[in-house]
Amino acid sequence: MAVQALGAAAAANESLTKAAAQPLAGGTTLIDLMKLDVMRPTAIVDINPLARAWSAIAPGGDGLRLGALARMSDVAANTEIQRSYPVIADSLKLAASAQLRNMATLGGNVMQRTRCNYFRDVSYENCNKRNPGSGCAAMDGVNRMHAVLGTSDQCIATYPGDFAQALIALDAMVEITGKAGTRSMPFAQLHKAPGTTPDIETALQPGELISAFSIQGRWPRSVYLKTRDRQSYEFALSSAAIALDVQDGTIRDARVALGGVATVPWRAREAEALLKGQRFDDGLAQRVGEAAFADARGRRHNSFKIALGKRVVARALQQAAMMEI
Amino acid sequence: MTAAAPGPKTNMGQPVPRYDAAAKVTGRATYASDMPLDNPAYAFLVTSAIAKGRIDRFDLDDARRVRGVIEIVTHENAPKLKESKLFSNGGYAGTTIQPLKSAEIAHDGQIIAVVVAESYEAAREAANRVKVSYSAAAPSATFDSPGTTTAAAKGQSSQFKEDPKVGDFAKAFDAAEVKLVASYETPTQHHNPMELFTTSCAWMGDNLVIYEGSQYVYGLKNGVAEQLGIDADKVRVVNPYVGGGFGSRGSMTPRTAIIAAIAKHVNRPIKLVPTRDQGFTITTHRAETRHEIKLGASRDGKLVALRHEGAEVSSRSDAYCVGGTKTTTRLYACPNVDSLVSIVRADRNTPGFMRSPPEVPYLFALESALDELAVKLNMDPVELRRINDATRDPIDGKPYTSRSLMACFDEAAKAFGWSQRSPQSKSMSDGDWLIGYGCAATCYPTLMAPSAARVRLHRDGRTRVEIAGHEIGTGAYTVIAQTAAERLGVPLEKVAVFMGDSDLPPAPVAGGSNSTASTCSAVMMVCDQIRQRLLKAVMPSDSLADKAKETVGISPAPSTQAGKGDRPLEIEKAFDALGVGVVEEYGEWKPDGAPMDSFRAMHNGQVRLVGGHQMKDQIAYAFGAEFVEVRINRFTHEIRCPRLVGAFAAGRIMNPRTARSQLMGGLIWGMSSALLEATEIDERNARYVNDNLADYLVPVNADVPGVEVIMLSEQDDHINPVGAKGLGELGNVGTNAAICNAIYHATGQRIRKLPVRLENIEL
Ligand SMILES: Cc1cc2nc3c(=O)[nH]c(=O)nc-3n(C[C@H](O)[C@H](O)[C@H](O)COP(=O)(O)OP(=O)(O)OC[C@H]3O[C@@H](n4cnc5c(N)ncnc54)[C@H](O)[C@@H]3O)c2cc1C
Ligand code: SF4
Repeated sequence: MAVQALGAAAAANESLTKAAAQPLAGGTTLIDLMKLDVMRPTAIVDINPLARAWSAIAPGGDGLRLGALARMSDVAANTEIQRSYPVIADSLKLAASAQLRNMATLGGNVMQRTRCNYFRDVSYENCNKRNPGSGCAAMDGVNRMHAVLGTSDQCIATYPGDFAQALIALDAMVEITGKAGTRSMPFAQLHKAPGTTPDIETALQPGELISAFSIQGRWPRSVYLKTRDRQSYEFALSSAAIALDVQDGTIRDARVALGGVATVPWRAREAEALLKGQRFDDGLAQRVGEAAFADARGRRHNSFKIALGKRVVARALQQAAMMEI
Repeated sequence: MTAAAPGPKTNMGQPVPRYDAAAKVTGRATYASDMPLDNPAYAFLVTSAIAKGRIDRFDLDDARRVRGVIEIVTHENAPKLKESKLFSNGGYAGTTIQPLKSAEIAHDGQIIAVVVAESYEAAREAANRVKVSYSAAAPSATFDSPGTTTAAAKGQSSQFKEDPKVGDFAKAFDAAEVKLVASYETPTQHHNPMELFTTSCAWMGDNLVIYEGSQYVYGLKNGVAEQLGIDADKVRVVNPYVGGGFGSRGSMTPRTAIIAAIAKHVNRPIKLVPTRDQGFTITTHRAETRHEIKLGASRDGKLVALRHEGAEVSSRSDAYCVGGTKTTTRLYACPNVDSLVSIVRADRNTPGFMRSPPEVPYLFALESALDELAVKLNMDPVELRRINDATRDPIDGKPYTSRSLMACFDEAAKAFGWSQRSPQSKSMSDGDWLIGYGCAATCYPTLMAPSAARVRLHRDGRTRVEIAGHEIGTGAYTVIAQTAAERLGVPLEKVAVFMGDSDLPPAPVAGGSNSTASTCSAVMMVCDQIRQRLLKAVMPSDSLADKAKETVGISPAPSTQAGKGDRPLEIEKAFDALGVGVVEEYGEWKPDGAPMDSFRAMHNGQVRLVGGHQMKDQIAYAFGAEFVEVRINRFTHEIRCPRLVGAFAAGRIMNPRTARSQLMGGLIWGMSSALLEATEIDERNARYVNDNLADYLVPVNADVPGVEVIMLSEQDDHINPVGAKGLGELGNVGTNAAICNAIYHATGQRIRKLPVRLENIEL
């Protein structure tokens, strides 16, 4: 029903974020942005009636399936996920506040929009994301929270979420349901770097919904390290989602994803390559941190994120390597 | 007794639970915007998107088309209001910038239109559809911005009369064996009380009722009456509870008279609920400040020269100024002192009171500098303060009425475990975390103001106390009830207190931490009037000389001691002798040294605060010492503060439970002031950027795992009848310096600019 309602409302050539009809899950992003007059859908389609079918939290022998309408708090509290996918449990537990986690869904979470203050304040004309072609107020404004990776000369807004880093690190697939049926694609292809079209944030088309996420295998040696000004209830200044597969002291597989520093959920593949086939030591951890930020570009207030991000990666790798499993 | 309700020591009242505790936790406490209105219309503000320039044109067509819109008010059709002078110039306003008067824009977020509609949602929707064309000019944002002007505060600010000086600073500093010169900086901050800056206005014929969270109902009533050009007796301000003030509700803001006038115009009660971000620009804030401290000392640590220069940012129109040198030049014994305060004018809204307005920024500078001096002298920072402890005000030579600064340091040091500190910086750690210990002094002037009260006693002991005081979360209801119960000798449960209503007898602004001393002194005096009447009734007229009759039963000593040498009251007997149903007394109390016009000013909503360094022969301050542990993560550089310990002495503690809560909140805010809170300004356009509670950071529970408050016994018979010094603004002073001092201890790095963020730590 909801899918049909959305599909029916979706007009051709509409960009998703400007689409007349928006799905409503927990509402913790959508309603906020409507109050701020940033998003002004003419119709809201409540997708919560799909919860029965779309709320799976299903860790199994060969992988994990998570429904898009599963609540953040429920997933974070699942003991099997805590054991087999600590990076997922922690990325959710360290996000937002208890009240928000109780409301918010996984699908809504990955679709949350940037916290760039200029984007969220409609009294600023110049925001390419909100007003294509209008310029970017953050570029030379107050940009401490902004991105150093994946930026363009059009937009430097940070992708703010935590959970997406865990998904991209673990090579998750995202299942998309639309009028035409269901398709799957790598989660890494869901978000679009700003480039020349910062208003286009994901590969979803109007009328399409995320229905589930899936992950192959188990990742017990994984961590999510999140750095911020206060101890809780704040978006990351810099975070790292790390997953290692270590056998007999040798790293067989390694995943490094970064949050709080990039315009999209960020996988540091070149940095990962340094780890594969190696034995872990602190020097290696540092080199991986360096490599992860090799292409980073800082601005007036956010350059510190480059040095910080390197240390966060190195420390998170150490923590993952030291885990007793 | 529990940690939350510490057992009383000598000269402390009982830690009785809050008078309003049950009402608050069950949601029965009604705040201003909870007050029911009959068929209200809803207002939503439109605020300016530029900080300087003018409005060329409004396009209101889309807005008017929103269903339910009743009226859109702009400068083109706004009701005319009279000007109100600044509170310190004989007026009531916190700013003289009067919006909706012309097309001129003086600061970011100035009110430029008010949309009135049948529902809140319709008003907001229409407000979003108001289109404004501006001619923007380049604004000056803050320090160092082109176009600002700087001049000495003295001579331009009615709040700042004199730069304190004594001796010959220049000569003494030149000759000093050890010297320190250091500059410090504190940021803009916003109060962000939980309760938004709401206003409801309802007219009944010519009479106006205003429901608004206010720290000064008499000020607001008189101020709005003046702006509307009506008799003040026709205006009533009601707010039995205030959801936090912190200074933001101390003076009148422009919104109130506007809403009142529009309510009259549309002939409907109006309810305004501004948004959180609008709160950043339609009220006041703590201005950013800069300081240069020069200290000269002998090798054994004796201060010989001290100079404090401060600069504060204010608006173009108002020379608001906190001028904390009045405190920092008097805190330590030093024979040669110099100071200068200047004001930098920028295109900003006028700043205003924010919890401990002068002391928070100015003591940050002094207490940081003292720690730096201790390092130079290779001396324990507590000992440096002991060596320079003062018994007299070094500027005017007057004695302190009481001063327990070093006793506070000793108690707090013991509780904290200061002796476990290894004095070298970078010498303590625990796993991933570097550890630093730091400390600083706090102090706050003891202020009082004239206050009236009315008390009514029934034969069965039921007592009704009426006073237009303010419950801003401090525990005012509770301590007033305790004062009346003790003084009349009736059970606490029988006392009912009515506050937050300008139809009640006037009380001063809930600011400057004067409320307890002022309102309780007034209540105590009026209770004594009742005792006097009752005693006279039961005492045979020839049993005592008239003089004695006047005094028996009415001790001038603090209220704990009332009753000691006094005759207990036999209320029922006295009532029978008097032959009346109730005994009611009204009285007006004023502190020693209050100016001639005090009582008139009190009724007119103008405060005459006395005390602090302005007493005739003495100087009165409350003191404390704060110790903190900081931990800095060696990988992420995150800064955490697991322990805050403060010891405080503030004369009589009326209720150790509510006092502890105040001081604990203070310590937490002090920490926040050092590590989290700062309003960021976009220097290009002089606009506030992080104007919401996700980005304007305040501590969450996880940030304050350990807070310990110690209250010392202190008796002071020189300040006011109740013997209490204000302590609401004592807890959050000096904490910022203690934190930076601890960061230095942990890292060897001296940080002189607040807030300290992880990117400021270099390891
Ligand atoms: C104060 C605050 C602090 C926060 N801190 C953090 C933090 O530290 N870390 C963090 O990760 N997040 C944080 N968040 C963000 C929060 O996690 C998200 O708001 C939440 O996860 C969104 O989920 P929701 O179900 O409420 O989404 P909604 O608000 O319902 O939806 C969000 C967006 O996604 C779309 N949408 C929803 N479901 C689907 C679907 N199945 N398919 C396609 N589109 C969909 C909606 O149309 C909407 O555009 C914070 C939020 C707030 C308000
Ligand atoms: S960074 Fe992006 S979102 Fe922020 S103002 Fe620039 S274009 Fe808009």
